[in-house]
Amino acid sequence: MADIVLDHITKRFPDGRVAVDDLSLAIADGEFVILVGPSGCGKSTTLNMIAGLEDITAGELRIAGKVVNHLAPKDRDIAMVFQSYALYPHLTVRRNMAFPLTLAKRPKEEINRRVEEAARLLGLTEHLDRRPAQLSGGQRQRVAMGRAIVRSPRAFLMDEPLSNLDAKLRAQMRTEVSRLQRRLRTTTVYVTHDQTEAMTLGDRVAVLRSGRIEQVGTPAELYSRPVSVFVAGFIGSPAMNFLPATLEHGELRTPFGPIAPDDRLRRLLHRWDGAAVGRRSLVVGIRPEHFEDATLPTVRDRPGPRFTITVDVLEPLGSDTYAYFTLKDDRAPAAGLAELAPGEAGLSGPAGQVVARLDPTSRLREGERAEIWLDTSHLHLFDPSTGRSLDAGPG
Amino acid sequence: MAAATATRTAGRAASAQPRRRRRSAAPARVLLGWSAANLVIVGVALVPLLWLVSLSFKTPASITDGSFIPNEWTLENYRGIFRQSLFTRALLNSLGIALISTALAVALGSMAAYAIARLEFPGKRLLVGMALLIAMFPQISLISPLFNLWRILRIFDTWVGLIIPYLTFSLPLAIYTLSAFFREIPWDLEKAAQVDGATPAQAFLRVIAPLAAPGMVTTAILVFIFCWNDFLFAISLTSTERSRTVPAAIAFFTGASQFAQPIGSIAAAAVVITVPVLVFVLLFQRRIVAGLTSGAVKG
Repeated sequence: MADIVLDHITKRFPDGRVAVDDLSLAIADGEFVILVGPSGCGKSTTLNMIAGLEDITAGELRIAGKVVNHLAPKDRDIAMVFQSYALYPHLTVRRNMAFPLTLAKRPKEEINRRVEEAARLLGLTEHLDRRPAQLSGGQRQRVAMGRAIVRSPRAFLMDEPLSNLDAKLRAQMRTEVSRLQRRLRTTTVYVTHDQTEAMTLGDRVAVLRSGRIEQVGTPAELYSRPVSVFVAGFIGSPAMNFLPATLEHGELRTPFGPIAPDDRLRRLLHRWDGAAVGRRSLVVGIRPEHFEDATLPTVRDRPGPRFTITVDVLEPLGSDTYAYFTLKDDRAPAAGLAELAPGEAGLSGPAGQVVARLDPTSRLREGERAEIWLDTSHLHLFDPSTGRSLDAGPG
Repeated sequence: MAAATATRTAGRAASAQPRRRRRSAAPARVLLGWSAANLVIVGVALVPLLWLVSLSFKTPASITDGSFIPNEWTLENYRGIFRQSLFTRALLNSLGIALISTALAVALGSMAAYAIARLEFPGKRLLVGMALLIAMFPQISLISPLFNLWRILRIFDTWVGLIIPYLTFSLPLAIYTLSAFFREIPWDLEKAAQVDGATPAQAFLRVIAPLAAPGMVTTAILVFIFCWNDFLFAISLTSTERSRTVPAAIAFFTGASQFAQPIGSIAAAAVVITVPVLVFVLLFQRRIVAGLTSGAVKG
């Protein structure tokens, strides 16, 4: 058990490419921290540096207070789970899991006891004498986990461990990883590009963007107070809707019509340095769940703008209904939006498409006009030139 | 215009009939052609070998009778060569030199191949290029310099004197074959071994080497055959029974008398040294083919 401190870590590859740029992050003992971001953001490189598989160009990495920059991976006492599982194909499950203990020259009885304990924990007991090739994807994933936990390392590093599993198994293993970590209370750094895993697994989530940390916080913080368009668009599924707005006479002019700012928004706008230099355009971010079918009794009497749209596509999921509609105005041009890989955050749709998450009792129909209500108390405002949230202060 | 099109269509329709018939006849004819070609090639390759076997079982008197199947069978040729220290000692030399060269080539070759497959280091391309260059070098042009050099270094007519040139020519082969095998082992396995607490040497010995074992076996067989069959170095760099290998020793066979030709003994010796290679190749033929092609085509 140990804490891990990344102190102004930089990784520059021999070809000059900077993969990780001055990254600082303190991971407490027993904490479950997620590094999340689109591909190429440096999250795997960061993990490899913690493991010792990549050299650190600059900065200091401390595990349990000790600088380990130049320690070989084997001397760091950490375990890693790879995306490919990296099971040794020529060894049985038992010997795969025993491998770290065998290398550490532990007594045979201890190895047996610990392997069997881990196997029981992961439901692998009856597979101990099989080879990895004879196992299913989920079982292989479990063996990889078993190999990591069997020697009680100071920390677990997991590099997209679930991304090779099918959706159902992934959800199942996600809860299992979570349960395992809660039970063992071992410091864990988990890399993923899947925002669902990030939101559900971690104590804290660090969103990475081109080698830098964009925001660190609990999943709830990231969701409710994203510091930038990038984080806002990455966290949450379906993704936040971004729409252009202008500030005129103290009123927000949006494609839905004017919105009179409430106290919170007024305070944000007042603090905004853009207003001081005479800029008027903003980006408004709205989570899909802050729309509602205006005809529903739950929202009939609530204040807030109502507007009429035509539903393009309706996706009834049972628990929710997603309604897609298009607004005349273009998609908000904001710094950071383009970097979200297409498809990854649901931004691949046509320009100006908005998604609303409605109550399943809603009677909307595809192709028909409908009245939508907007809850303005959860609006996010971003500066289009920097992509930063007005709530985040200067970035 | 329309008429022309019509005739063309008609012509096509007419020609379609015989073409279809020809297509059904074609595979049979192709099969026949290939079988005939194969038979010719197998015959050309096998007849001399079988003749050799036949000669080795003939008595000295009947050796020139020209019949393919011996009229009088005898094992005297085999008994004869095993009675001579010229042959038995040479067999020992051959085995020793070939086995040592093979072991060294595989050990050194796998280290070099591993580095080439896994690491980026300055001069890597140069190294690979040089290895290829050496493999291409005409061996005959090396004989005179080596002969002089070996005498000065006092390793002429020793096992070492043969092992060194064998290594020179088999290492490039070993490096090329093995690096193709190493490249196919996922790098993650090695990273996993390192994180699991292995030193680089342990990671290589416990994880990478077992996985590359098929490649090593293939390489070993190819190198062994090369060393086992060599005549050029063996005849030029040896002078006594101390280190003379079988291919060279056969040239020194003499007949029973001054006027008798040692054809029977030569044939018997040739058969004896062919057998181990033959057994090897038959046992591992799939592997050898994989090894020979693995550098060229991925997968």
